[in-house]
Amino acid sequence: MDFSFTSEQDMLRDTVAKLVSQQYDFDTRRKVAKSDAGWRPEMWAQFAELGLLGASFTEAEGGFGSGPIEAMIISEEFGKGLVIEPYLQTVVIGGNFFRHGGTDAQKEEHIAGIIGGETRIAFAYSEPKSRFDLNDVSTTAKKDGAGYVLNGHKAVVLGAPFATHLIVTARTSGGQRDAKGVSVFLVAKDAKGVTTRDYPTVDGLRASEVHFENVAVGADALIGAADNGLPLVEKVIDNAIAALCAEAVGCFKVLNEATISYSKQRKQFGQPIGNFQVLQHRMVDMFMAAEQATSMTYMLTLKLDEADKARKMAASAAKVQVGKAGKLVSQDAVQIHGGMGMTDELNVGHFFKRVTMIESQFGNTDWHLRRYTELSAG
Amino acid sequence: MDIQFTPEEVAFREAVRTWLETEYPAELRGKASRDDYSKEDFLVWQRALHKRGWGAPAWPKQHGGTGWTATQRYIFQEECARAETLPIPPFGMSMLAPVLMAFASEEQKAHYLPRIINGTDFWCQGYSEPGAGSDLASLKTKAERVGDHYIINGQKTWTTLGHFADWIFVLCRTDPTAKKPQEGISFILVDMKTPGVEVRPIITMDGGHEVNETWFTDVKVPVANLVGKENEGWTYAKYLLAHERTGIAGVARSKKGIERLREIASVELDQGQPIIRNPEFAKKVSELEIDLIALEYTELRTLARESKGKGPGPESSILKIKGTEIQQRITELTLEAVGVYGAPYFRGFPKDGDNQFPIGPEYAHLAAPTYANMRKTSIYGGSNEIQHNIIAKMVLGL
Repeated sequence: MDFSFTSEQDMLRDTVAKLVSQQYDFDTRRKVAKSDAGWRPEMWAQFAELGLLGASFTEAEGGFGSGPIEAMIISEEFGKGLVIEPYLQTVVIGGNFFRHGGTDAQKEEHIAGIIGGETRIAFAYSEPKSRFDLNDVSTTAKKDGAGYVLNGHKAVVLGAPFATHLIVTARTSGGQRDAKGVSVFLVAKDAKGVTTRDYPTVDGLRASEVHFENVAVGADALIGAADNGLPLVEKVIDNAIAALCAEAVGCFKVLNEATISYSKQRKQFGQPIGNFQVLQHRMVDMFMAAEQATSMTYMLTLKLDEADKARKMAASAAKVQVGKAGKLVSQDAVQIHGGMGMTDELNVGHFFKRVTMIESQFGNTDWHLRRYTELSAG
Repeated sequence: MDIQFTPEEVAFREAVRTWLETEYPAELRGKASRDDYSKEDFLVWQRALHKRGWGAPAWPKQHGGTGWTATQRYIFQEECARAETLPIPPFGMSMLAPVLMAFASEEQKAHYLPRIINGTDFWCQGYSEPGAGSDLASLKTKAERVGDHYIINGQKTWTTLGHFADWIFVLCRTDPTAKKPQEGISFILVDMKTPGVEVRPIITMDGGHEVNETWFTDVKVPVANLVGKENEGWTYAKYLLAHERTGIAGVARSKKGIERLREIASVELDQGQPIIRNPEFAKKVSELEIDLIALEYTELRTLARESKGKGPGPESSILKIKGTEIQQRITELTLEAVGVYGAPYFRGFPKDGDNQFPIGPEYAHLAAPTYANMRKTSIYGGSNEIQHNIIAKMVLGL
């Protein structure tokens, strides 16, 4: 048992931390989020150049690291800068689809594209009425010769405006909520019949509504097993939850530091408000919540390769803990900052919004508590 | 980073498990789920551990300990919890001993440490006083130097297992003229058989007798019983409290507690179904278990730091607060699960142990007293509010 990082992993963290502090300051981030493009392609190119996009792939896969631990490190540091570029979508989700479900040819082609920065992925899975259920898929893929034809509407596809490719869940058989019959496809975003409507999200990211109208793909577009894609999707999403939890931990650390530092400067009743015990204890609770969330993120990251049930329970446990911690840390950070915490000018509100969105991403606290409870019963 | 155990560690776990299965004293089996242990019970367990060479699981080899790594200690705790062994009383083993190792004279170490391991001396703690609880430094018990002796007068309270103890370590005021409350305190070892030491029981709301008042009236103690330097006892007292945090999380025991809770909740019915299938109840159990997982990994992170020689990091301060909250919630949910049979109370009642007319399931009998008793955990060892103050000051710099 070992909770220390290798020197390469420490170096990776330093590299990302330096990049974020030097080129991802709050004002720049705010400008980028409001710009027409909504992201910086040149920043993505720099990620590729620095090796960040390949850090969570093994050398055999063409990368420079080992896997989830590198993704965790990068995600946490990106969390501290509220990084907009689609790391989670492309590297964690896209990368893990190919890692765990791709054919050799798919791995060779697309992992190389991801590491090089040319391939950017968005995961089109949720639908207007599916909420958080990965099995709830009404988008269809009908067999057509060797290939398939896709039809349907995917909702709030994060990172789609920046993507070159979409990974899409579609039903190849069964009823709308059946576990069987879900398949996963890789679709070029510029494929005929794909239309997107792009928009900003409340936390400064970009997403799209994506419509598929008779989109024809070849047999090689299928990722993993036809009709039995759900276990793969769940595994990839659990990997994404680990990275998302790490991102949240990064956010918590910034919020806590900002709050403690503000409470030492802000004076009321003739003294720094940090002298008041009622606020001190709240800040201790925030600190403990962040530490417990860090522990859970480690736990999940180290359990991603366990058998399905253990992995799912670990992911749900982490998501519950991080979701609750997020409410506590973000709400109290705003509260202790007082009126200033309400403003758009201060970074606190921006972290508040990102943390709020993280709580519901890939299933909210209640959803994961239910999944955990169901799994622990049987 | 990994959470795999090495083959040596797996073998170690196997060895501990086998030993507990075959060598855990037969007369103690089943006792950990009861509330009353005798002094002899603790001694039997300590002697068995000592005989195996495991008399001091957390001590370094040079002092007669096992010299185990943090991981081995973690495994040992897990296996003891799994086998539901008696706990090892902490007063000599994990409170006093680290202070002796760090600050006592060679003679003192050579004399007292082996007697803790082999079970000769049963220790208790003389810290709290009626007027000095969270504000420990306001203690008033006096030790006056007269020739080669101290004469101790005063009163200590909440002396856990004082009625079993052979010895007590006492914080006394040796310099009444000191300017700050933390100054002028000394750390003195007292034989409980010394004339003038009187132990009076305190019965807690669960009906149990664990704690006591300890009175000192002109108690004459040789100066040789002073640990470290006179008037510097506060430093040792704080050192003790910092070490007390190790293992205070009680993760392994809490895991077992949740396992028991699940067992009970799968036979107790609620609207005709096991109460564990009641979504509201099940949700509370899940949240509890998830909080325990978080605590477990926080403790593992702390252990990993310690084994790298970095000392307890900021995470360790969390262990007391979260650990005790979880222990309390387990007993709270257990009482909830047992339903109406949480009410019967048999302590001192002649029907206790009557097999002919069993009243409710056995696990229900102690649910309420245990729930009541466990409220102590967020009060002792520095209340959880004091722990918040400590983190605010020492970790957050407020």
